[in-house]
Parts: sequence; structure tokens; C-alpha cells
Amino acid sequence: MLTYALLVHAAPYSHQSALSALRFAETVVARGHRLKTVFFYHDGVHNASALMSPPQDEVHLADGWKRLHEVHGAELLVCVAAGLRRGVLDTSEASRHGLAAHSVEPPFELTGVGQLVDAMLANDRLITFAP
Amino acid sequence: MTTFSDMETVSDVETVPQDLLIVLRHPPHGSQWLREGLDVALVAAAFGQRVGLLFQGDGVYALLKDQQAGALGQKGTHPQMAMLEMYDIDMLWVSETALAERELSADDLMLPMVPLNAEAVAELFARHPRTLIF
Repeated sequence: MLTYALLVHAAPYSHQSALSALRFAETVVARGHRLKTVFFYHDGVHNASALMSPPQDEVHLADGWKRLHEVHGAELLVCVAAGLRRGVLDTSEASRHGLAAHSVEPPFELTGVGQLVDAMLANDRLITFAP
Repeated sequence: MTTFSDMETVSDVETVPQDLLIVLRHPPHGSQWLREGLDVALVAAAFGQRVGLLFQGDGVYALLKDQQAGALGQKGTHPQMAMLEMYDIDMLWVSETALAERELSADDLMLPMVPLNAEAVAELFARHPRTLIF
């Protein structure tokens, strides 16, 4: 049994590597390994959008990530600096910046890049998915 | 003019493995890749990790002297490059091939770099199990 962290750089539906990342994550747990952390960075922060509304006959990426949290306890971390620039932020960041709306809900958590470094040190493998 | 081809072949000593290797392959201004890659390097160093940087492909443009903010209002990455020393990031490698392909030499670069040939780049990757590519 190995522990895994994933680093996702790809925006959902823009590039297949977001889908690859989700499929890999599901396979990690299906094979009996532990998926501890998924870190969303660069355009990957859009995977955390609570407003994501793909057509019903397509994979729902945000729901897929949430399932990995709910069923397997994977933490879903979103880089706050990369998110803020791209309009991906939670209620507390929205109120800090005087914004009326937010786009990130739990179980996705806004966090710093330090958590990415921690995830790399704390797990047997960190796998990057980038366009 | 000093060119990297005049320099001696890189020895093992100059590829001392760091805790984390960050590979930068994009130029400033055109995308967020370089900036966000450098951000990870600086944060990891602030967290006490020994960080090495490898500039490959168009990433070598990050090293050019006399950079300015982008014409479209991009902040540029030269302020981050200037902070590397303060964060004790001093293992700076550059692909010799990438420089040669762009007709760049050591005189064009803002920081002293260790040039690596293709074989040495492969060895660098082999010696860094923790690598992030931007």
C-alpha cells in the first residue's frame, strides 16, 4: 500500500489531463492504495468550482473529486493565490475581498502552496497532471 | 564572449541533488507557468527545502538580463528571479542545448548558471525523485 498525492494543473473540460487525474485517483483507491491529497494549482483550480454544470451525459469532474473526499477521505486543496486571480474563492475570501459571490464550497479547501510541499514530503508518490 | 561550450564538462559535484527539483520550461509573460513554478520554488525554500531549478526549452528566456514588465500589463518574473538568492536557491541549472538553439550565451543571463548537456540533464532527473515540472 502506497500513499499518493496528485497535483492537477489542468482546467476541467479544457484538457483531458483533468479527466486523467480523476481516473488515476479512482484507480489508486480501487487498487487498495491511499489517496491522501489532491492539490489544484494553475488552471486546475477551476476543478473546484461549485458552479460547474456540465451536460448530464458528461463526467462531472467536481462531483468526482467530492466523491473521493466523501468515500476515501482525500483532502481537496486549492491554491489560494492561483484561485483568487482566476475568481475561484470561498465565502471567507469573498467577504475579505468585498465580493458578493463565491465559487468554492467544502470539501474543497483554499490553502497555500506550502501544503503542496507538505503533500510531496508526506506521501510515497506525488503525480502531476498537466496539459 | 564566453559561451557555455567553452566551459568544462559538468562534474558530478555540480549536480548535487537537492530535496526538490523544479523544472521551468516556459518564458515570462506568455503564460502563468513560469510565475507559478517560481512561486512553488520560493515557498518550498521558505519551508526549509533545498530547491534546485532547471531551465529548459523556452524557460531559458526567464534568465535574460534587463527584463521589464510585459507590454500587456504582466508583472513579469524578474522580481521573483531576483529573490532566489535571498531564499538560498543557488543550484541553478540550464540546458546547454536550449541556450544554443536560441543563440544565447552566459553573457546574456542575469544569474550565474551551471550548464548541463543532454546526458547531464537526464542524470539530474534520475537523481531527483521529487521533481515538479512547469
